[in-house]
Amino acid sequence: MIEVRDLVKVYRVHRRPPGVRAALRSLVRRSYDEVRAVDGVGFRIEPGERVGFLGPNGAGKTTTLKMCAGLLHPTAGDVRVAGFVPRERRPEFLKSITLVMGQKQQLLWDLPASETFALNRAVYDIPRAQYEETREELVRLLEIGGLLSQPVRQLSLGERMKCELAAALLHRPRVLFLDEPTIGLDVSMQLAVREFVRAWNERFGATVLLTSHYMDDVLALCRRVVVVDRGRLLFDGELAGLVRSVNPDKRVVLQLSRPVAASDASMPGAAIVEHSAARLVLSVPPEALQAVVGHAFARLPVADLVVEDPPLEDVLRDVFRRSRAERESEAAAQRAK
Amino acid sequence: MRRFADLSRALLRAGFAESLAYRAEFLVWILTTNLPLVNLALWSAVAHEAPVEGWQGADFAVYYLATLVVRHLTGAWVVWALTSDIRRGDLAQKLLKPVHPLWVLAAENISALPVRAVVAVPFALLLLHAAGPDRLASGVLPWFAAALMIALAWTMTFLVMAIIGTCSFFVESAYSLFEVWSGLFMVFSGYLVPLQLFPEWLREAGRYLPFRLMLSLPVETMLGRIGGAEIAEGLALQAAWVAVLWLALRAFWRAGLRRWAAYGG
Repeated sequence: MIEVRDLVKVYRVHRRPPGVRAALRSLVRRSYDEVRAVDGVGFRIEPGERVGFLGPNGAGKTTTLKMCAGLLHPTAGDVRVAGFVPRERRPEFLKSITLVMGQKQQLLWDLPASETFALNRAVYDIPRAQYEETREELVRLLEIGGLLSQPVRQLSLGERMKCELAAALLHRPRVLFLDEPTIGLDVSMQLAVREFVRAWNERFGATVLLTSHYMDDVLALCRRVVVVDRGRLLFDGELAGLVRSVNPDKRVVLQLSRPVAASDASMPGAAIVEHSAARLVLSVPPEALQAVVGHAFARLPVADLVVEDPPLEDVLRDVFRRSRAERESEAAAQRAK
Repeated sequence: MRRFADLSRALLRAGFAESLAYRAEFLVWILTTNLPLVNLALWSAVAHEAPVEGWQGADFAVYYLATLVVRHLTGAWVVWALTSDIRRGDLAQKLLKPVHPLWVLAAENISALPVRAVVAVPFALLLLHAAGPDRLASGVLPWFAAALMIALAWTMTFLVMAIIGTCSFFVESAYSLFEVWSGLFMVFSGYLVPLQLFPEWLREAGRYLPFRLMLSLPVETMLGRIGGAEIAEGLALQAAWVAVLWLALRAFWRAGLRRWAAYGG
């Protein structure tokens, strides 16, 4: 459904030092830098898959999504979405995708969301019966029945995002590009949006490519992740595989019934990640797990014990740190030559 | 055809609702487009002493009232919307739709026309009352031509404003270009001074430029100051300019999109 090969996007960025003199100089002579926002990224997503697209700020995620949605022309490489070349922006292509950006909106600001819905019906040429059915279903799933007659500007951020999702899905797109759809939302609203995306994907078999800085979104929705940093692909595969390959250690989380000294908390084969009066978190290699758990029960006042994978944030931080270190050593080696 | 009608109706409906939603902005707009009334008072005072190049006070009154009506019916406010959409990245949402963003902008502008007409029509009535039939064109044909000219003048205005707005793909701000255009328009369109008061050589120079075609031409036709041949020539020039501007806009738009960075979001 989505095929990206050797994708490159280079931006030409105007550089200007601060100050009046530099401002005047830039009037006459401008200097530009080339920034490789996306640098040879490739992946393939099958119909109906939900894939997390991860990376720190400036990694190239949004630029890639915009090229997939036909908003940006790639500098090099190929993109195909639902059989179309996105940059050609054919009406049939635009009718088969949607791009929801958490920081941009399509709803008409001063009018009720129902006006945007009616406009989108005409813009996407949705048959009346299908429009009514989809609209009803979206209103029910997103619980927005009471919001549709208020001007959009009077809605809360979460309410607006729900209406935004409804407006973006009225034409039943086959491909959903979701760029930080839960940004700025409170926990319950994040949960509602997450549940909705899952339900929509299961109901219509739509393909979902999701970027989010909230790892809970990714954990809840995506079995597969594509990880990029500084425009390059770092990982593409099962989320569990990423965790195993980067940091196979388990986290042992202990709730303590009374405080213990640091010397008592340390045990062979385990590293202390967090230690407070009521809580102790250890990082333990899989082969030492049994011994450490036994040791904990025998020597510590354990009220509760949970074994889990390390947080995805930590895993990703490790991925990015390693990749940057590798790049720096590569660059140093090249300079040495 | 059904799709075209359905889409136009929906765009016009949303645009009309939006233009009513911005009540304060709309009031300011009405107040700022009334410059011809200032000119009317000024020139009427001058002509009170003695006719200027054969123009009496009543001629000026009719001219500026007709100018006001045409201006209200041909205004297109695209530069600001387009510049802001391009620079802030909001164009992205519009590009995702299977309808061209410029088509949406055009519909939004046209849908504001009925609201503008609320202002323009009373002035038109006042004009008729003040002038009497002898200062206006007689017969159906000139009025039919004037209506066509107003439609073409609106199209030209829309295309020029869209071209200037599209320049935001290439330059930091298109507003300064608009200021340059605006200055030329004020002089060569007959907005400030009737072109017939200009020296012959200057009038001739402005004959084939777009400015006159966008304002003075329909006004001259409504006032019966030009005859059949000139009306036909004017319509042909307008049509030619629409074609040229359309091709220019299409080229600008395509080149601009190729280099657009879609910042924001």
